[in-house]
Amino acid sequence: MTLILDYDAGNLGSVKRACSEVGLAAEFSAEPDALAQAERIIFPGVGAAGAAMRSLRERGLDLALKQAIASGTPVLGICLGMQVSLDYSEENDTQTLGLIGGRVQRFQLNRPDLKIPHMGWNEVRVQQPHPVLAGIEPGDEFYFVHGYYPNPSSPEHALAVTDYEHDFVCALGKDNYVGTQFHPEKSGRVGLRLFENFAQWDGKWDGRWQPNEPKEKNHAQ
Amino acid sequence: MLSKRVVACLDVRDGHLAKSVKFVNTKNIGDPVEKAREYYLDGLDELVFYDITASSDKRNIMLDVVESVASQVFIPLSVGGGIRSVADATDLRLAGAEKINVNSAAVARPDLINECSEAVGDQNIVLSMDVRRVAANAQQPSGFEIVINGGRTPTGRDALAWALEGEQRGAGELVVNSIDADGTRDGYDIPLTAMIAEAVRIPVIASGGAGLPEHLHDVLTQGKADAALVASMVHYGDYRVSGLKQYLHDRGLKIRMSW
Repeated sequence: MTLILDYDAGNLGSVKRACSEVGLAAEFSAEPDALAQAERIIFPGVGAAGAAMRSLRERGLDLALKQAIASGTPVLGICLGMQVSLDYSEENDTQTLGLIGGRVQRFQLNRPDLKIPHMGWNEVRVQQPHPVLAGIEPGDEFYFVHGYYPNPSSPEHALAVTDYEHDFVCALGKDNYVGTQFHPEKSGRVGLRLFENFAQWDGKWDGRWQPNEPKEKNHAQ
Repeated sequence: MLSKRVVACLDVRDGHLAKSVKFVNTKNIGDPVEKAREYYLDGLDELVFYDITASSDKRNIMLDVVESVASQVFIPLSVGGGIRSVADATDLRLAGAEKINVNSAAVARPDLINECSEAVGDQNIVLSMDVRRVAANAQQPSGFEIVINGGRTPTGRDALAWALEGEQRGAGELVVNSIDADGTRDGYDIPLTAMIAEAVRIPVIASGGAGLPEHLHDVLTQGKADAALVASMVHYGDYRVSGLKQYLHDRGLKIRMSW
């Protein structure tokens, strides 16, 4: 069973409807014990980082989530659910879960015609192949709504980027955790494909990013 | 870069689809769920439902429509018409609406914008404004006035001042609907759209008057709009959403072309 983490983070029905469209049986829960039982976990979220972290801590969900991830459960974070996976968010000056090194920053844009939040459809360019991002072609666009973006400290966790005055990381991955800044549940066919991929993912990812090593060596490992 | 959006608006009365011409003489043109699904599969970027149900006892029908559409259409869904309270907004959000449009009730009680944006997030509150041209005067220096109740009632409010106030109160987006152009198919009110889009720092959806593909192009370029709203030109089958997007793409606009 797939668990959609329900921690008062806004409208989660659209995530459940997208799961159901691709045949993924999903239920809401905010029980720490349920996280340990779940086959896979979706961690959605809209709203502000400060309130989200408070709500997670009050319910003991921060620890339960870390344990589930440590035990190998595939986890998909969406939007704010992805942002709190880093160390720190400038939004409400918030210490976050620290699953992936780095910070979440407010857009500081020079072009006056670019608006904040970054809202609408924008192209997602895959930088590292990942099972959950399989099938995303050049030119495919996803739906975004956010004023802050993740800035992981190591490029090995950056799976995809999007351009909004500058490139920012729009998908993150580490081991059995994957997170997106965009909303796959609102992104039409390509978004549904991402849920399909997640439904089939065993949580394994070998991370092809190998900065100083020749490709042959990767295969030998 | 963000793509320019093509948004279709479906007016719904008592659970059925209607399209107004100058907001009167609405005609029934079919099932809203079916139409929404058709546009979604044809590449629509965003869908707006406007509830024009007159009687309050039939209001709940809209929640059913939104719920059915949300389970079949996986793009942002925006709902407006008759929203008077945070409870109205949260009910629609739970039914599956992404964005909530406030209009007449916000003119009567502007705090509604603050309350709703606090309850469901700035980015999810759309201030929808019906605007008509007037001779510029002391009260309406921009030469545009806000009207309510489907365009029937003038309010004396200046449209530009109201747009700025709406942004300041927490609206995340504006729909600027020209009552003069609505239903005419003669093109959007470009000066109105450009005036407002240049003054605010939130996205603007241009509405009212679309009849030809070049109307969309013009309002997305000269009119500085982020999105163009269409209704009758696609509802009656004269144009397809995919055809409009192809046209805009061919003319060099950034448009989402794979769906």
